[in-house]
Amino acid sequence: MRKITFPHMGELRIPVKALIQELGQEALEPPKISKKTLDLGVQYSPEFACLPLKINLGNFIEALEMGADTIIMGGGCGPCRFGFYGEVQQELLREMGYQFEMLVLEPDLLEDYRRLKQVFGRVNCRKIARAIYLAIKKLRALDSIYKMVLSGRASEKVEGEVDRLYDHFLEQLDLATERARINQLHKEYSNLIKATAGPLKKGVEINIGVLGEIYLIIESFVNLNIEKKLGQLGVIVRREINMSSWLAHFLHLSNEMKLIEKAARGYLRNFIGGHGLDTIGNTVRYARKGYDGIIQVAPFTCMPEIIAQTILPAVSVREGIPVLSLIFDEHTADAGLNTRLEAFVDLLTRKKRKQLEGSIYHEQVLSGG
Amino acid sequence: MSKYYLGVDVGSVSTNIAVLDPFGNFVDKVYLRTRGKPVQVIKEGLRLIQERHNDLEVGGIGSTGSGRKLAGVMLGADVIKNEITTHAVAAAHLLSGVKTVIEIGGQDSKIIILQEGIPVDFAMNSVCAAGTGSFLDQQAARLDIPIEEFGDYALQAANPVRIAGRCSVFAESDMIHKQQLGHELPEIIAGLCQAMVRNYLNNVAKGKDIKKPVVFQGGVAANVGIKQAFERELDCPVIIPDNHDVMGAIGTALLAREEVLRKKQQKSKFKGFTVTDFDFTSNSFECEGCPNQCEIVNIYQNEELIARWGARCPRWEAV
Repeated sequence: MRKITFPHMGELRIPVKALIQELGQEALEPPKISKKTLDLGVQYSPEFACLPLKINLGNFIEALEMGADTIIMGGGCGPCRFGFYGEVQQELLREMGYQFEMLVLEPDLLEDYRRLKQVFGRVNCRKIARAIYLAIKKLRALDSIYKMVLSGRASEKVEGEVDRLYDHFLEQLDLATERARINQLHKEYSNLIKATAGPLKKGVEINIGVLGEIYLIIESFVNLNIEKKLGQLGVIVRREINMSSWLAHFLHLSNEMKLIEKAARGYLRNFIGGHGLDTIGNTVRYARKGYDGIIQVAPFTCMPEIIAQTILPAVSVREGIPVLSLIFDEHTADAGLNTRLEAFVDLLTRKKRKQLEGSIYHEQVLSGG
Repeated sequence: MSKYYLGVDVGSVSTNIAVLDPFGNFVDKVYLRTRGKPVQVIKEGLRLIQERHNDLEVGGIGSTGSGRKLAGVMLGADVIKNEITTHAVAAAHLLSGVKTVIEIGGQDSKIIILQEGIPVDFAMNSVCAAGTGSFLDQQAARLDIPIEEFGDYALQAANPVRIAGRCSVFAESDMIHKQQLGHELPEIIAGLCQAMVRNYLNNVAKGKDIKKPVVFQGGVAANVGIKQAFERELDCPVIIPDNHDVMGAIGTALLAREEVLRKKQQKSKFKGFTVTDFDFTSNSFECEGCPNQCEIVNIYQNEELIARWGARCPRWEAV
């Protein structure tokens, strides 16, 4: 039996592990991303590669040390450099003397199927269907519950309650092997999270849309827990970029991209790789939905997001929505991030309070009160 | 008896305290060098305030600056606020209608854009400390000129030389080079001021719409050379508030006042001027729970643990 490993990206480990196990192989989850992972990745990576390459490489090294013999990695065909990272990492790891087989999944379903068959051997169709079904089921439960966490933190009665529940949920979901159990967990934990709701911590409702490069958005280790920090500051985080939405787009099951392209018109008309176009289009859409602010996150040297960043000031002015761009690399420190987040949230809160007070004043004047 | 409000700004280079009257008007200030000993300097500052104003009744106290958390737990602050918000609040309070705030402190510089008294956009230097107070301090020391006179030298220059301002290391070697070519000191200093301002406008203020009135605050605003360079580049007058060096402290005192009044709080959380007699100590250790090896810091007040930070996970949350 093979020992198959994969890079970490948020809680993607849960559905990926389910998939590998259901297909009859052993899933070897790399250790949780830590400072050690980052140090290893930085040490063996080219300096100007972006953070995802470095962390992935750190994951692989740690997993290979634990005895993994096969790596599954995502690919792509540009303009974002990520598409080539699998190949680069393969070279780097071989130079370091590791023996392994690497499977890079490209946006070509037939070719992927052929490659997967090489790794997993002959598996009957029913088993494949069940494995994919179970993995997607877990993924969707995961993203659905996390969406509740993102808004729930802003109004939890006991500080940290929502995160405690989420951690329990993850543990249980990881162990689940039946469809019914996943459904049950989904229902149970959405009720539990709903029950934590009290009044908004801030007194006013502040909605911030988080946009940018998908790995940085999803992986909380590299974004220094930005969504949790925002939640603790009493903000409702609106984030629609997750693995479910990515998968829907990848399989051409969603019309999201059409809406994004339409909204971005007037600012950007081309696909510029990664989520660059999404960042522009969604900033426009979120502004029109009435969100209070946008935070763009991206790794240092990220080409698509740098292009988006230079367009954002114009979008911000014309659509009337404040935007904060944050660039992360291995040198980014917690203190600087906290100061910026706090200041941004203060800015939005003061603006909102003034708007609300203004309208109350207006009503009083009109009603003669 | 009327209640006064205190603001404490613990920065990388200086620690400042501002005193406001019950209506939020400025009363007094203390400006001290932090010298890497924040706890000692905070106590020293409070002692000075107490000496000057006997029996001052404190209605609220706020902290800000990079040491805001430490000052907050030490003193029992009603608000602990980041320096961007506090600078914006102070500027808008002193000059209604201000549209741009330029703030250059010891190790950071920022720009804040306001509309109708509310900050709508801001930026902070992220990768580079060129043009901040520490660098100017260092250069003044190297040239053997007191930092207070640094700006005056710049004003004497007829033909400022062009200094590379992209990076403080290059700026320094370029200055040495220009000195060795035989340029006069005032011309080099004026050139440095211009380079700093260009660096600020191209990095920190990049893409921001700078509108009048412009307020310049922070320790570096005392430097007339930098002020003049800003006025030339922006082609508009730059206003320097009387208390430009303690604006952060004023801002957080105003926020403390707002907080106490908004919550109709009867009593401030301030521990009182007796904190100057308390013994504050800290120690740190490396957690061995996981490969992150977080450095956990414990803060003790008279040997009792009052705060702890530095962890990535909730393991050390409970005090």
